[in-house]
Amino acid sequence: MTPTLRVARAIAAKDLRVEWRSRVVTNQVLPFSALVMVLFAFALDDDGITERVAPGLVWLAVLFSLVVLVSRSYAVETADGALDQLRSSGVEPAGIFFGKAIALAVQLLVLQAVLAGLAVVLYRASIGAEGLALFASAALLATVGLASVGTLYGGLAAGVRGRETLLPLLVLPVLAPVLIGATRCTESAFGVEGVETSDGWPWLGLLAIFAVLFSVFGAFAYGPLIDE
Amino acid sequence: MKDLGFILGSWIVTIGGMATFAVAMFRRARRDATVVPPEERPWL
Amino acid sequence: MTDSTAQKPREAARRDPVTGTRFTRVLGVACLAGLVWLFVFAFFVTPADVNQGESVRIMYAHVPGAWLAYLAFVVTAFSSAMYLWRRTRSLTWDRLAGASAEVGVLFMAISLVTGSLWGRITWGTFWTWDARLTTTAFLFITYVGYLAVRGLGGSHHQRARRSAVLALLAVLEIPLVHFSVVLWNSLHQEASVAGNTDVTMDGLMLFTLFLGVVVFTLSYVWLVLHRQRALHLRDLVDETGLDRALEARRAEAASS
Repeated sequence: MTPTLRVARAIAAKDLRVEWRSRVVTNQVLPFSALVMVLFAFALDDDGITERVAPGLVWLAVLFSLVVLVSRSYAVETADGALDQLRSSGVEPAGIFFGKAIALAVQLLVLQAVLAGLAVVLYRASIGAEGLALFASAALLATVGLASVGTLYGGLAAGVRGRETLLPLLVLPVLAPVLIGATRCTESAFGVEGVETSDGWPWLGLLAIFAVLFSVFGAFAYGPLIDE
Repeated sequence: MKDLGFILGSWIVTIGGMATFAVAMFRRARRDATVVPPEERPWL
Repeated sequence: MTDSTAQKPREAARRDPVTGTRFTRVLGVACLAGLVWLFVFAFFVTPADVNQGESVRIMYAHVPGAWLAYLAFVVTAFSSAMYLWRRTRSLTWDRLAGASAEVGVLFMAISLVTGSLWGRITWGTFWTWDARLTTTAFLFITYVGYLAVRGLGGSHHQRARRSAVLALLAVLEIPLVHFSVVLWNSLHQEASVAGNTDVTMDGLMLFTLFLGVVVFTLSYVWLVLHRQRALHLRDLVDETGLDRALEARRAEAASS
């Protein structure tokens, strides 16, 4: 295993272990996203509408929760200057990037599974076998993109007071393509408004391109970004 | 002229926008310039 | 201190060219003359369009504004790459990137507002979700975010490095956003909203449009030159401000 991958694995394991012990995601972020889903229902106030827009609501909830997850991921690092120490120890920045992104991706996947389940329950979404395969593929590809972008811009916004508010402003415009692609896939998966499940597969292409571009460029851009 | 308001408004926004930017820029620069004498400005 | 001794520094300050040089003064006069010329032509000399009517007069500001905004962001991306690439890491490239982005945001705002007003006349709505407009709005927000990052503080090289990476990521991000929005829009087939916006431009109208592009380009150059120098002043003040203040206090103490 190359040094970069070894570093990535160590950091991913570290982040996940920290989460496992502190349970911040399970105790705080998941309830937050569930709350967002409920609030959507209050705001829209119409079962027909929520059923129709369920895919969009799911992915909006994912995006909002992503911001919280990324802030958390970096709060862990900057609390004791851990990120600075990591950087100055000469570790490959790409390794740090992949490690944090992988940990973030795991948390995101758990989140998406829960939210999809909630959509079925709260918004009366329905999903068949092919739809499930489509949704799972979309979730996987979207997550690579989300985790890469989150880790990248999170690194920029980490630490110093006042920068955390910048994170949503930077991250959400970039993630618009993921929102569009993932929502279209999920619409097909849920069979919303008579959309055929087969219509969704082309959108995976968009998600795949995004995932590749940002994971690759992210690895290169990460070094200069956290080089303070 | 029909819709004169919108058309005029567009041009006011355009020229006004550039003018406001310039004024704000010069005001800030003038304040900084009192601290940095002309000898130390590379473009002069 | 008596009035006469206080007046000298004030007079000197007023005569101080600040960020101006002879070149920018000439350029500034040209811009002003050009803007007046453009305005007169747009409002009085050119005819109304066959299809769009009087609203075409907005186009002479809207189209150049949009083009210059894109040019400005290309310059920002290029300068950012130059900053990162050169071993010497010259901050001039960073300041150029920042100044160009600011002027780009200005022109983009102008373009969005004028486009919105034009749409109000032509289609009856201030906004529509067509691909071009939506991508433009995203571009605008992205660069507002870029400017916010520039204002984060830290050393000048930290600022430069952060924003340079961000500018290059923005260049990556914009085609992605545009592509997804176009795909998204194709689902809705809202092409009919665009209506007949074909402008059969006669020679005079084409000339005025060309004039608009030229005048806006000159204005862009003038604004960026001044802003870049203003940023340089700001950086100089940052670096040496405290020393100068101390020196000034000491000089005051010595002379009194």
